[in-house]
Amino acid sequence: MLQRKIWIFAGLALAPILAIYAAVRLYPIGETLRLSLYQWNILSKNKPFIGLDNFRELVGDPLFREALLNTTIIAFGVLIITIPTALTLAALIYHRTQSRFASFYETSVFLPHVVSLVPAALAWKWIFDARLGPLNALLGWFGVAPKAWLFDPVLSLVCIIVLCAWQALGYAVLIYLVGFKNLPPALYEAARLDGASARQSFWYLSIPLLKPITLYVSVVTLVSGFNVYAQAFILASDSQGAPGRQVRVLVLDMLENSFRNYRVGYAASEAVVLLVIVLVLTLIQFTLLREKSGRV
Amino acid sequence: MTMTPHHTDDVVGDPSRLLKVRLTNLAIDAFLIAFGLAMLLPLVFLVANAFKTPQEILLWPPTVVPHDPTLENFKSVLSETPLLIWIWNSLLFACLSTASITATSAISGYILGKFPSKILTVVFAVILATAIIPFEVYMIPLYFQVKALGALNSVGGLLVGYLVMSFGIFLIRQNVIHSIPDELLEAARIDGAGEFWVFFYVVLPLLRGPLAALGVLAFFQAWTAFTWPLIVSSSKTSYTIEVGLALFQTGFTVDVGRLSAASAVVLIPSVTLFVFLRRHFVQGVASTGLKE
Repeated sequence: MLQRKIWIFAGLALAPILAIYAAVRLYPIGETLRLSLYQWNILSKNKPFIGLDNFRELVGDPLFREALLNTTIIAFGVLIITIPTALTLAALIYHRTQSRFASFYETSVFLPHVVSLVPAALAWKWIFDARLGPLNALLGWFGVAPKAWLFDPVLSLVCIIVLCAWQALGYAVLIYLVGFKNLPPALYEAARLDGASARQSFWYLSIPLLKPITLYVSVVTLVSGFNVYAQAFILASDSQGAPGRQVRVLVLDMLENSFRNYRVGYAASEAVVLLVIVLVLTLIQFTLLREKSGRV
Repeated sequence: MTMTPHHTDDVVGDPSRLLKVRLTNLAIDAFLIAFGLAMLLPLVFLVANAFKTPQEILLWPPTVVPHDPTLENFKSVLSETPLLIWIWNSLLFACLSTASITATSAISGYILGKFPSKILTVVFAVILATAIIPFEVYMIPLYFQVKALGALNSVGGLLVGYLVMSFGIFLIRQNVIHSIPDELLEAARIDGAGEFWVFFYVVLPLLRGPLAALGVLAFFQAWTAFTWPLIVSSSKTSYTIEVGLALFQTGFTVDVGRLSAASAVVLIPSVTLFVFLRRHFVQGVASTGLKE
């Protein structure tokens, strides 16, 4: 009797939440998968099933390929900057836990991760500005000719990577700090008694022991890199917001196909590509973790 | 050089080594302070620029403290744009999203954690699996759902995307399993407590810490949301502050001073809030790393 009451409570309390969850998560995810197989155009009445045609078209679509290439470069660029920097910073911050500035170190690195994205991006936009920005002025001191940071197709990617890395760094440092705090102190004590220098124990103990964390942070950084949009929207649109000047990233291409060209099915197939990328990255993470778990 | 913070105390008795350790630590401190300041510099310039005259913004090297601080930029931004309405929209959206996410996570996390059954295990597995799917993947169908509800251009429409958080459900479930003993719930039930009473007076108080962390996380997530509000809001008065600012900066006549002023209006309260809630926030974010 009591048992039954408990289950009635559980069912009644959980049902509305699961209903919401299904409506705002499961259903749209299913829709994305379904629409990607249809020629689903807002303007036309006919929305026929076309199998994998959308994906076939994507392969030859120069705009999509540009978007995919740019996004991949950004994601891996951010990764390459963020991981080594974060690992080093976390090691130093952890080493100086007793310093009276310890909370300043954490806060200053972490703050860019939490502040609103658009104002932060605007600050960087000013820094990179070709005419008014301090970056060109600074380079001018060293005799470097001013560059059109945000207009050059290669440099604008660099700018986006710098902005994204500046934001991603705080999260990575924080997760690494948790990792450092969980490392077994006895192991380091033993290494020290055996005559290992601090540098050696960093290379041969910390880095291997933190591998699961490195893996996790790498995947999170890559996934958020593949979803980059706001940063490109702010940095790489000129003062009139001319769309031609935007750095084409996946989400931008998706939104344009859906809301400017009204090709929702086609945009959904791009979303599926994004989903596959994320799934593959996660799968790689789990596989590598499983290999490691025997040892750590 | 790096490693456990306990080392430094052990080298007493060897003055030259002690000196070396001290100097290394000093160098590390200097580096970390310089790095931290460099990280903050873009934000500092942004706030400084907000108080500068157009002439001073062009000065090289840029000044950190304006010579001749002015409120002109703020005045003209506030009169030209519905900045306060945008802030209100963002605030309302973020608060409602926080309320919804903490409530749904608390209830479902508790039930998924303390009511063992095969069905619920499957339910939890599904939630966990969808947690890795980024919002961008399904936002377009979600947009059409909101459109069908006639909720475009409203806070309600914004909210649809931010009602639940898979990670929040996961986080609360973890905490329920680890910090709420079954015996406690049984004892309350034997004493005749109803299920609602157990949830409100036994479970919820024990979840205060993780719920606070989750709440702060949810608030900042909604406050800084960009892509979803950008597609859901298309009328000027329904923008959130992020979208408003982003579209404002593409205008013809916008200069750095006014743009910085508008940004500073957004930045200063969120930075202040962060400094106050830092502990909760760090806790919440740190727990995202414990997934595996």
